[in-house]
Amino acid sequence: METAGNYAIQARGLTKQFGSLRAVSSLDLDVPRGQIYGFLGPNGSGKSTTIRMLCGLLVPTEGTAEVLGTTVPGDSHSLKAKIGYMTQKFSLFSDMTVLENLQFIAEIYSYPSAERKTRIANLLDRYDLNDQAKQLAGTMSGGQKQRLALACSVLHHPELLLLDEPTSAVDPQSRRDFWANLFRLAEGGTTIMVSTHYMDEAERCHRLAILDRGVKVADGTPQRLQASTGMHVVEVTASDPYAAQAALDGVDAIASVTQLGVRLRVLIPDDVDNPVGLVKRALDAAGVSAEAGASEASLEDVFVAVTMQNPDHVA
Amino acid sequence: MKSLSRLLAIVKKEVRQLRRDRLTFGMVVGLPIIQILLFGYAINTDVRNLRTAIANEADTHLSREFIADLGQTQVVDIVASVSRPAELEALLREGAISIGVHIPPDFDRRTVDASRAAVHLLVDGSDPTILGVANQLRSMPLGFDTMRAAANDVGNIEVRAYYNPERRTPVNIVPGLMGVILTMTMMLFTAVAIVRERERGNLELLINTPVSSAELMIGKVIPYIVIGLLQLALILVVGRLLFDVPVRGSIVDLYLAAALFIAANLSLGLFISTAVSTQFQAMQMTVFILLPSILLSGFMFPFDGMPRFAQYLGEILPNTHFIRLTRGIMLREAPLGELLPDVIYLAGFTVVAMTAAAMRFTKRLD
Ligand SMILES: Nc1ncnc2c1ncn2[C@@H]1O[C@H](COP(=O)(O)OP(=O)(O)OP(=O)(O)O)[C@@H](O)[C@H]1O
Ligand SMILES: [Mg+2]
Repeated sequence: METAGNYAIQARGLTKQFGSLRAVSSLDLDVPRGQIYGFLGPNGSGKSTTIRMLCGLLVPTEGTAEVLGTTVPGDSHSLKAKIGYMTQKFSLFSDMTVLENLQFIAEIYSYPSAERKTRIANLLDRYDLNDQAKQLAGTMSGGQKQRLALACSVLHHPELLLLDEPTSAVDPQSRRDFWANLFRLAEGGTTIMVSTHYMDEAERCHRLAILDRGVKVADGTPQRLQASTGMHVVEVTASDPYAAQAALDGVDAIASVTQLGVRLRVLIPDDVDNPVGLVKRALDAAGVSAEAGASEASLEDVFVAVTMQNPDHVA
Repeated sequence: MKSLSRLLAIVKKEVRQLRRDRLTFGMVVGLPIIQILLFGYAINTDVRNLRTAIANEADTHLSREFIADLGQTQVVDIVASVSRPAELEALLREGAISIGVHIPPDFDRRTVDASRAAVHLLVDGSDPTILGVANQLRSMPLGFDTMRAAANDVGNIEVRAYYNPERRTPVNIVPGLMGVILTMTMMLFTAVAIVRERERGNLELLINTPVSSAELMIGKVIPYIVIGLLQLALILVVGRLLFDVPVRGSIVDLYLAAALFIAANLSLGLFISTAVSTQFQAMQMTVFILLPSILLSGFMFPFDGMPRFAQYLGEILPNTHFIRLTRGIMLREAPLGELLPDVIYLAGFTVVAMTAAAMRFTKRLD
C-alpha cells in the first residue's frame, strides 16, 4: 500500500464469523501513526474481536490488515515485539507482585538487562504504583490493576498500543489521569487504538470509528462526525421529562428522543425547517410545559444518529 | 540467546507462582509421604495374627507340640480352645475367628498315614487372603523328625519369606509406588498448567508476547522435572528408613530412568492441557490415565498374570515401563543398558507427546 508509511493500521474487509454470528463485518480501518484512535461501540459490537484479529490472536474469516507493515493474518510473530496489548479482562498474574509482573514482562520482551531496573522504576513512578510494588497484583483495586496493565503493555516501548476498554470500572478522576498518560505516549510517537463505550473518552480521541453490531457506521475526527450527523439537535428541558418524551414520540418528523436526566435530546433530520418550532408546537399541543432550544450535536447524538441508520438496526 | 532468556523468564515465573501456592507446594512433599505410608503399612499383604481357635481332640504330646509351632509362626493368633469341631464352626460363623484348627483324636496315627489328613483347617473363605494363608499352612511339616528340624529354622524371617510371595512385600511395592506417585503429581501439575492460564486470562497476554510455543512448553516443564526428582529422593529415603527398601543397582541409573519417566508424564500432562478447556476436565483426564497406571502397570497385579488385552493396554502406559526399570535397577541390580527397550520407549513417548502438545498449542484464541 502506498500510504502504509503513514498508517499504523490499514484493514480492508476484515470479517469474523462465529458460527452463524457475524461478529465483525467487512471492516475498513485507517489508523494514522502517532494518533489516538478511538473505537466506540456498545457491548457485543465487535471491538474486542477486531483488536484480537489485528494482533493475530484470531484469524479473520475474510479480509486482511496491514499492521506496522506486517500483513495479518500471516506470520505475526515479528509483530509481537512492536505491539503492546492491554486485554479487556485483567490478564497479569494475580499471584505475583506488581514488581514481579513488571520484571516478568521485561524478561519476556528481552528488555536490555542493564536498563531493566531504571525502566521499571520509571514505570512505577509514572503509573503511581510505588506503594503497591510489593503487593500481589490480584489484591489491587480496579484502577490500580488498570495502571499496572498499562505499565506492562508499554514497558517495551511498543510502536502500537492496542487498549481494549482500559478504563471500564475506573472512577472519573483516575480516567482523566489515565488519559493524560495516553496523550503523553501519543506525543512520544506511539500509535494508540483504544476501544471504549464512554462518549467522553471518544471525544478525546484524534479520530474514531463507531461500531454497531460488527459494522462500522461512521468514522472521522470527533468534530467532523459532530458536524455531519445530518440532524438538527433540539434540547428540551422539562420538569416532567416522561410526559415530554411521550408528547414527542408520536411526531413523524422527529427521528429520535433520548433522555438525559431532566433533559431530552431530540434529533430531527436536516431537511426539516424550524425544528425548534416543531418541537415547541408538539409540546404545547400535549400541554407539557418545557423549554426547547437548538444545540450542537454531541458524540452521543452522533452515535444515536448513525446506529439508527445502520440497516441491521432493529428498532 | 533471547530464546534462552525467555525460557528462563517462564521458569522463574512458574517457580514464583508455585512457591505462593501453598496447597500445591504441600502436595509436592505431602503426597509422596502419605502414599508411601498408606501403601507401605495399610496395603501390607504380610498376613499376621489371624484369630484362630483350636479343637484338640487328640491332646497328645505331638499335637500340643504342633499347636505351639503354629503359634510361633505369628500368622495365627490362638484366641480360644474348644472341645468339639462344631464349636469351631459356630465361632467361624459369628466372625469371632478366621481359622479353626481341628485335630482329630487319632492325630498321632494320621501323621504317619499319608492317605488321611492329620489336621482339618476350617477357614473363612470369604476373604481370599485368608484362604491363601490357609493353603500355605497346609504344607507345614508334621511328624517328629521333620518337625523338629523345621521348628529350629522357623525364625521370623523364613516364615515371612514363605508367606509373602516376592511380589507383595514393601520391597517390591516401593519401586512401583514411585511410578504411581510420579504419574499422579507430574501429570496433574502440567495438565492444569496451560488450561489454568487460559481460565485466568493470562494466556491472552502470554501469546501476545514474543514467547514461542516451545519456550512456553519447555519453560513450564523444567521446574517440575526438578520437583519430580526431589520427590523421588523423598520416596527413596522414606522407603529406606521405614521399609528398608534397598537400591541394589546404580543410583545414577535410577535417576536417569526417573528423569526420563518424569519428562514422559509432564509431556503427557501438557498434551492433556492443550486438549481440554477447563481445569476440571484436565483432572478427569488425569484420573482416566492414573487408574490404568495403577491397575495395569504391574504395580498391583503381576503383569504376566493379566489377560492379553490388558497387557497391550499396559504396554502403552509409561508407568509399566518405569516399574520394570525401577524393579530391575533397585532389586535385581540390572544396569540401564540391559533395560534398553523400556528406556527407548519412555524417550520416544516423551518426544511424541511433547511434539503433539507444542503442535496443538497455537498462539491463537480460535
Ligand atoms: N470466541 C467466540 N465465540 C463465539 N462468539 C463470540 C466469540 N467471541 C466473541 N463472540 C461474539 O462476538 C460478538 C462481539 O464480541 P466482542 O467481544 O468483540 O464485543 P465487544 O465489542 O468487545 O463487547 P464488550 O464491550 O462487551 O467487550 C459478541 O456477540 C460475542 O458474543
Ligand atoms: Mg470487548
